[in-house]
Amino acid sequence: MNGIHDLGGMHGMGPVDPERNEPVFHEEWERRVFGLMIATFGGGHYNVDEFRHGIERMDPAHYLTTSYYEHWLHTVETLLIEKGTITRKELDARQAKLAKGGS
Amino acid sequence: MAHRHTAPPSDTALRVKALESLLVEKGLVDPKALDEVIDTYENKVGPRNGAKVVARAWVNPDYKARLLDDGTAAIAELGFSGVQGEDMVVIENKPKVHNLLVCTLCSCYPWPTLGLPPVWYKAAPYRARAVSDPRGVLKEFGVTLADDVEVRVWDSTAELRYMVLPERPGGTDGMSEAELAALVTRDAMIGTAKVAAP
Repeated sequence: MNGIHDLGGMHGMGPVDPERNEPVFHEEWERRVFGLMIATFGGGHYNVDEFRHGIERMDPAHYLTTSYYEHWLHTVETLLIEKGTITRKELDARQAKLAKGGS
Repeated sequence: MAHRHTAPPSDTALRVKALESLLVEKGLVDPKALDEVIDTYENKVGPRNGAKVVARAWVNPDYKARLLDDGTAAIAELGFSGVQGEDMVVIENKPKVHNLLVCTLCSCYPWPTLGLPPVWYKAAPYRARAVSDPRGVLKEFGVTLADDVEVRVWDSTAELRYMVLPERPGGTDGMSEAELAALVTRDAMIGTAKVAAP
């Protein structure tokens, strides 16, 4: 199925923009998302095709306006919720608690 | 539309924290194991691995033959294997053939030899244009090819990862394998650069 991820040959995406001496990660949260993906993938919570499909199912505008590791976060979160490993409610609640300075 | 790594809303960082906290609490994730895997891919695995493979191929014709015949096995001889490198195909640049790698659908890349891919490799502009205008893209990377040089673009998949074996530059006779490896850049193994003479 065609989707926004099928970018080969698409026009209007602008110039390639390589960064000199690029670090492996740009933000601490990118490190953690990477680690969480490896851990949950390695733990057998989903397979690589499900992982990619979770990204490919993203809303096209959301896909194009978010960075690579945000795609990863989106699919890990989506898959863990769909499989019942966690619920959106408890994740939202944990986030709200952290926002208030809890742990 | 060019995305580098625009600072995310702080919500993203918080969301990640919440996810990790929840998974740790459920006993599904060990934060120490996370630290370890992050350290591995941030500090241990990277293009220096691939550069060793290239240098070995330059000095050892038997190794080069094995590398082009069965990339996965030959790369494993140097101790590099594992996730995202299970099936490797190494393609050789020649005076009249230049190879370029892309993953139009996502970000497939040979982790054991090159590490994690740079942002531009995973971003829309490169994925869109590497297949429709490879010469234009190469020019932007500073690689201008003569008209009689064929460009071959290899679209990686989740199952199959490519790596370019760049041409050994002139003026390197007598250099040691380690000295040669130091010349090899990440981009040369993606195909967006050539290896410069020392």
